[in-house]
Amino acid sequence: MLLVLRSAAEQGFIYSLVALALYLSYRTLDIADLTTDGTFTLGCAISATMTLAGHPLLGLVLAIAAGAAAGGVTAVLQTKLGVPSILAGIITMTGLYSVNLAAMGSKSNLPMLKEENVFSMAQALFGSAYKLVVAGVFAAVCAVLLGLFLRTRLGLSIRATGDNRDMVSASSINPALMTTVGLCVANALTGLSGALLAQYQKFSDIGLGTGMVVIGLASLIIGEVVVGRGGILRGVLAAVIGAVVYRIIIALALSSSVDANWIKFFSAVIVAIAIAYPTVKEKVLFYQKRRREAKKYAQH
Amino acid sequence: MLSIEHVSKTFNPGTVNEKKALEDVSLHLERGDFVTLIGSNGAGKSTLFTAIAGGFVPDSGRIVLDGRDITFLPDYRRSREIGRLFQDPLKGTAPRMTIEENLALAYLRASKGGGGIFSTIKAKDRDFFREKLATLGLGLENRLTQPVGLLSGGQRQALTLLMATLVTPKLLLLDEHTAALDPATAEKVLELTKKIVTQQNITCMMVTHNISSALELGNRTIMMDGGRIVFELSGEERRNMTVEELLRRFKQQTNRQLDNDRMLLTRE
Repeated sequence: MLLVLRSAAEQGFIYSLVALALYLSYRTLDIADLTTDGTFTLGCAISATMTLAGHPLLGLVLAIAAGAAAGGVTAVLQTKLGVPSILAGIITMTGLYSVNLAAMGSKSNLPMLKEENVFSMAQALFGSAYKLVVAGVFAAVCAVLLGLFLRTRLGLSIRATGDNRDMVSASSINPALMTTVGLCVANALTGLSGALLAQYQKFSDIGLGTGMVVIGLASLIIGEVVVGRGGILRGVLAAVIGAVVYRIIIALALSSSVDANWIKFFSAVIVAIAIAYPTVKEKVLFYQKRRREAKKYAQH
Repeated sequence: MLSIEHVSKTFNPGTVNEKKALEDVSLHLERGDFVTLIGSNGAGKSTLFTAIAGGFVPDSGRIVLDGRDITFLPDYRRSREIGRLFQDPLKGTAPRMTIEENLALAYLRASKGGGGIFSTIKAKDRDFFREKLATLGLGLENRLTQPVGLLSGGQRQALTLLMATLVTPKLLLLDEHTAALDPATAEKVLELTKKIVTQQNITCMMVTHNISSALELGNRTIMMDGGRIVFELSGEERRNMTVEELLRRFKQQTNRQLDNDRMLLTRE
């Protein structure tokens, strides 16, 4: 059981980078960035190929750069070329499918069971908990860096772009540029997350990123339920904690013989409920009020 | 300081919705001029402001600010030198960000060299913000880390005014910026506007629906109608002008009554 929890935490830390990316793109910039699915696999693919070539660290660096580039493509499509933002993400994601296959040498999956990777490199240093330490350090460093970044001048400008566009161009900030920077940083995080996962499970697959945007959002929303919303510190914490809690829930579900096929379905349900909640609440209140008023006047 | 030269703009040309928003508008402002703008609904006052601020490129004519042709400059580049306040007090501030973060964004305009894109808000900046906020007299100097979304409309508009003038702009555009506030708050924001504009000697244009304050504030008054400047008042003539006389003059020049729904309610 402890082992199950530990591996859930390890995976949670790795996936938390996606939740952090979505905190930036979805919560901060207010863009549902579907590039995420493609970028995650892109990170996996590059990392796997580079690990097989004997350069696991370089694989992480390249995954970050490739992720940023993918985010840049989506950003240019929507800010410069007038493609609606959701469609821009879908276009990049679709294009990335072929790129990802190419990055894995035209194979749909790529095992790398014996090659050295960033986790095995740390094994000598940290003993048996090495995977948890490596994943935790990556999550912590990324969370802290993102938190600090959002307080800088550039970060403030990005946040304002998502908060009040009118105000941004009136403050001599170029909103298109800020959207681009935001999406590049977010997808760099997603790419790194994919790269770490591939090395962690010693395996890359073309389908690993499918539904990643929903899983990331589900994690973020769960985290927000736990630590609350408002402020950067809370947001960043919510992403990391949420991702870990999400993986623990999945692990518990799997160990209690729930069919693994349904995991993505439940992620989708969590996200749909969480996002629909305010609207449903409003409707319920409206119907309650209508019934109450109707009763009141029926008595007269 | 500002030269608008034969600017024209037609929206939806060639369709049934064709609207000549600006027709051959020319205007020259000297440094320190405070121009008040009045006119009917749809006279082109806000459109003129949007043209100056860079919301669209005019069909013809050019706009020169301080010797530089800005006709084709994008809006965010112009806003380094042009401050603008809208009627909607929510437009000028980012609600989920704190007061100090909003001010820091406004401060970006000036400190091009100061610190680079990765610099953060320093204690020195906070002192400066606190000092500036104190001049508003709204107690905001003690609420630096609160989200702006918690402030009232009047407080937000006062904050926007402070942000627009934190770094003295070459030109300040006030588009009925007190119209959506309650009378007492509107009065207060207008007082603040007068104080800041006078102290920093800002070249300023203000749209208002209140004719008496249009005549009282600033040094020039411009009447617009149907996308044109109908007449301009300044100096002696303006000092002696009354609201009644101005309305008579409008009718005489355009052959119709001044119809501005808000204006009718606030005539004094």
